[in-house]
Amino acid sequence: MNIEEIRKDFPILENNKITYLDSGATTQKPQYVIEKIEEFYQNYNANPHRGAYSLSMEATEKYEETRAKIANFIHARHPEEIIFSKNATESLNLIAYSYGMENLKQDDEVVISIMEHHSNLVPWQKVTKQTGSKLSYMYINDDYEISDKEIEEKITNKTKIVGITHVSNVLGTINNVKKIIKQAHSKGAIVIVDASQSIPHMEINVQDLDCDFLVFSGHKMLAPLGIGVLYGKKEILNKMSPFLMGGDMIEYVYEQDTTFAPLPNKFEAGTQNVEGVIGLGAAIDYIQKIGYDKIHQLEEEIVFYAREELSKLDFLELYLTPSKQNHSGVISFNIKGVHPHDVASILDVNGVCVRSGNHCAQPLMRYLGMDSTCRASFYFYNTKEDVDKLVVALQKAYSMFKKYMK
Amino acid sequence: MEDLTDVYNELIMEHSMNSYNKKKLSNPDYSEMGHNPNCGDEITLELKLNGDTIEDMAFSGHGCAISQSSTSIMIDTLKGKTLEEAKDIIKTFIQMIKREIISEEELEKLEDAICFKNVSNMPARVKCALLAWHTLEDMINKNEKGGTASIDCCQ
Repeated sequence: MNIEEIRKDFPILENNKITYLDSGATTQKPQYVIEKIEEFYQNYNANPHRGAYSLSMEATEKYEETRAKIANFIHARHPEEIIFSKNATESLNLIAYSYGMENLKQDDEVVISIMEHHSNLVPWQKVTKQTGSKLSYMYINDDYEISDKEIEEKITNKTKIVGITHVSNVLGTINNVKKIIKQAHSKGAIVIVDASQSIPHMEINVQDLDCDFLVFSGHKMLAPLGIGVLYGKKEILNKMSPFLMGGDMIEYVYEQDTTFAPLPNKFEAGTQNVEGVIGLGAAIDYIQKIGYDKIHQLEEEIVFYAREELSKLDFLELYLTPSKQNHSGVISFNIKGVHPHDVASILDVNGVCVRSGNHCAQPLMRYLGMDSTCRASFYFYNTKEDVDKLVVALQKAYSMFKKYMK
Repeated sequence: MEDLTDVYNELIMEHSMNSYNKKKLSNPDYSEMGHNPNCGDEITLELKLNGDTIEDMAFSGHGCAISQSSTSIMIDTLKGKTLEEAKDIIKTFIQMIKREIISEEELEKLEDAICFKNVSNMPARVKCALLAWHTLEDMINKNEKGGTASIDCCQ
């Protein structure tokens, strides 16, 4: 498939003549995913796991088929290692409460990186405070990367849990998660990988990584909003207590006591987002049809071009690693002396959608000495023309402010 | 929004980039911080009264062009007004931004602050334009109630 054909698969890109550069926040959806969701409601909508009638059985089947598809997609050993959630945030909260709260003791340490999204940070503040353990940070160097030395110094015998984002949602840095996992395991700690910003762009193999947990949101990889995944090693998930209590996660309920269902139902209380699960399954089909190799090739071309073109604008400050290989499809920048919110508004009027703000990473912003940035994030459906439009809009924004700068 | 200069007009740009109201007062009677956590706009307003009249005001902080210029132009507009007049002008400004008042006649009392009228066409920027006005409104209300606690958030 070439880029023109790919773009035709995304109706929103046809219906709105916009340059969408905010895929790091949420991706647009291909017609295939939209159709699969429609098909679900038109043909086999019922509450899975509950009905003895064939329609409900069919819904259950599709739901469980998708679980197996996801297990296969990220190379998990068992389908029951895949737990459906609302999003990466809920998956991380599940781990923080069900694993962290029960396993952390006074003087233990949780180590995360300074580039974590609030969702992999605020839950750990709460859990460490409540358990009397300590939250410490791996910091980044001048290249916006976590050095090997930092990994070795921060992950120690005291460390029990390490939380790390695979790709930074602000800097685009691809972290050396393999090194982090190796170091953590050598010290007896478990590792949670936040793959929200990586799985849309690169193949994930949980067995090869040997991570203990991995989380991601569907909507950042072509699926609908409101569906997320938690992967956990079976032996760890089995030992954990349920997170949310309610229907379908139980075995026997008495007046005062309850026994819980086995994996994966133990962690899926209440009627689930079946539409989201079906949509996520369809998104995986679509990604596999294009192929990660092709996705990588398309994105590399665009992101390298964007790095090059944006570097030519001397009024811009770019916050990205010099290493092209350690950098994914996210570019944060500021026009010197102009607030990113103003830049984003001016870009918007010129048909270019970028995000501005702190990107749910306030500690990182503070560490870098900034309040906020503009962020352009790319996906395989973006083109060089999108980059050119961004550049022209940035030049317009700069020229508007330039004459008032003193 | 067709033309950006409807919002980023001369007056707004000048005040946002080079405001003479961005300074510290030597001994203010009141000081109040306001912020929009989502965009990171943060201002501290200082107020000096002479009886019931606003004798002087100044601000410090950082944020986008809209929030900074709106603060500066609000200060120009309200200096020399009584607290009652100020409250009325604040109310009118908020109504203008929320498109509850559109008649030019009613908006005349806003003086230069009328230049923010077109911000009402940019919903994403409404909070930026209102930050200073809400902060001052809170400061006056608190003062009237005799309270002294500082509030740090205006939604």
